[in-house]
Amino acid sequence: MATLDLDRAWDLHPQVSVRPEPFGALLYHFGTRKLSFLKDRRLLAVVQALATAPTARAACLAAGVDDREVPRYGQALTALVQSSMVIERATP
Amino acid sequence: MTTAPHMSRPAPAASRLVDLFEYGLDAPICLTWELTYACNLSCSHCLSSSGRRDPRELTTAEAKAVIDELEAMQVFYVNIGGGEPTVRPDFFELLDYATAHHVGVKFSTNGVRITPEVAQRLAANDYVDVQISLDGATAEVNDPVRGPGSYDTALRAMSNLADAGMKNFKLSVVCTRHNIPQMDEFKAIADRYGAQLRLTRLRPSGRGADVWDELHPLPEQQRKLYDWLVAHGDHVLTGDSFFHLSAYGKALPGLNLCGAGRVVCLIDPVGDVYACPFAIHDEFLAGNVRRPGGFAKVWRESGLFRSLREPQSGGACASCGFYDTCKGGCMAAKFFTGLPLDGPDPECVQGYGEQLLAQRPKDRGHLPKPSGDHSHRTAPARRPGTVDLVLTRRPDLNRPPVSACAEDPLAGTSFT
Repeated sequence: MATLDLDRAWDLHPQVSVRPEPFGALLYHFGTRKLSFLKDRRLLAVVQALATAPTARAACLAAGVDDREVPRYGQALTALVQSSMVIERATP
Repeated sequence: MTTAPHMSRPAPAASRLVDLFEYGLDAPICLTWELTYACNLSCSHCLSSSGRRDPRELTTAEAKAVIDELEAMQVFYVNIGGGEPTVRPDFFELLDYATAHHVGVKFSTNGVRITPEVAQRLAANDYVDVQISLDGATAEVNDPVRGPGSYDTALRAMSNLADAGMKNFKLSVVCTRHNIPQMDEFKAIADRYGAQLRLTRLRPSGRGADVWDELHPLPEQQRKLYDWLVAHGDHVLTGDSFFHLSAYGKALPGLNLCGAGRVVCLIDPVGDVYACPFAIHDEFLAGNVRRPGGFAKVWRESGLFRSLREPQSGGACASCGFYDTCKGGCMAAKFFTGLPLDGPDPECVQGYGEQLLAQRPKDRGHLPKPSGDHSHRTAPARRPGTVDLVLTRRPDLNRPPVSACAEDPLAGTSFT
């Protein structure tokens, strides 16, 4: 199973659409036609920060995630990698 | 950064997403859009009583305005149906418009327009999914319900899609008394064309109300279907249709929730918005997209939708140990079979629905009728029973009827 390396760069799959909701967000992947949920708004902020942050860890911190909580967010991101919602981003 | 600031109610603290969904979303996850009531077929169980086009149908420009709204609301995709949506001359124009505006399209078709050229075009668009409807794994089971030749049409369409390289399109089956023994054969057909099987529940909606008594699965078939779904759950889609079967034990994959007005709804060909595709009746009419504020206003402000998003009491079902899994079943199925909305589903697996059905008056005159009947008029109307004819001679004639060779040019003309 693919896991997410917190110290590499990641991004949302280009075919994924994100819709914020009061409880977090809905994610829809037009390629796999699968729906996913983000259960809190901070995780949404992390996901939205991925594209511009040098690493997933940096995205977590930018979204205000506490150092000790980063592994928990890493797990949530891993679940998104496994459903192809999040993919590794090539860094120049 | 809520997309709909006026939905001010704070998200309730709930551990399961399904509990959050009960309070409704800022926009539907997906919605059903019947583009036309026109259809080349006259399926006996058609849930929208389709056949003839409604002259008030949304124009191309009006349909595009709806798509613009859906894009703004970030509705991920629409399930387009009908009628037969592909008979609209602007069907492909609307399809391309939607996908260019980030609204994905899944459409249901009987396959009549899926030629090799159309299949190529569909396969080339990543934001399009196709559902071919088939209600029998053999023509003998399918055609009596969907019409002569409809089996061959559907299989030809599947073959064209497969040849065009379309992957994972859907073979969509409404489960009936006659096709439940064919589940393995349906799966084999889907596999043969690289399609995915999608099973849905027969609803007593539209013309479905007329045939529901004869077609809906028998209690022991429901159990068989449930076991089959549990065994194949991950590879078979159900559109969350069978959550009433969850009361057999393990919940089926999906939300297991009535999404009407909460996460789904229906836009009909004339722009009327109903709580769900199976509830085309004034009782479930929330508004019309042609009115000021459009679809977004209906979704967010309709009194009907707001009430559907309130916690439901469970009524007569509240004391049942399975209420938490089946949630009382399908609202539309209860409504059109004349059962109370806060009681059991007519196909309640505990048998409570059957008891209530048995208590209904024999005459079905008390049942609610769908809002519109668009059925073709070429089929003979259903009659309540036989009419006895007695041939007599008209009492006002004082001579025998005129024969074809009567010489008098004024024969048969009366001057009074």
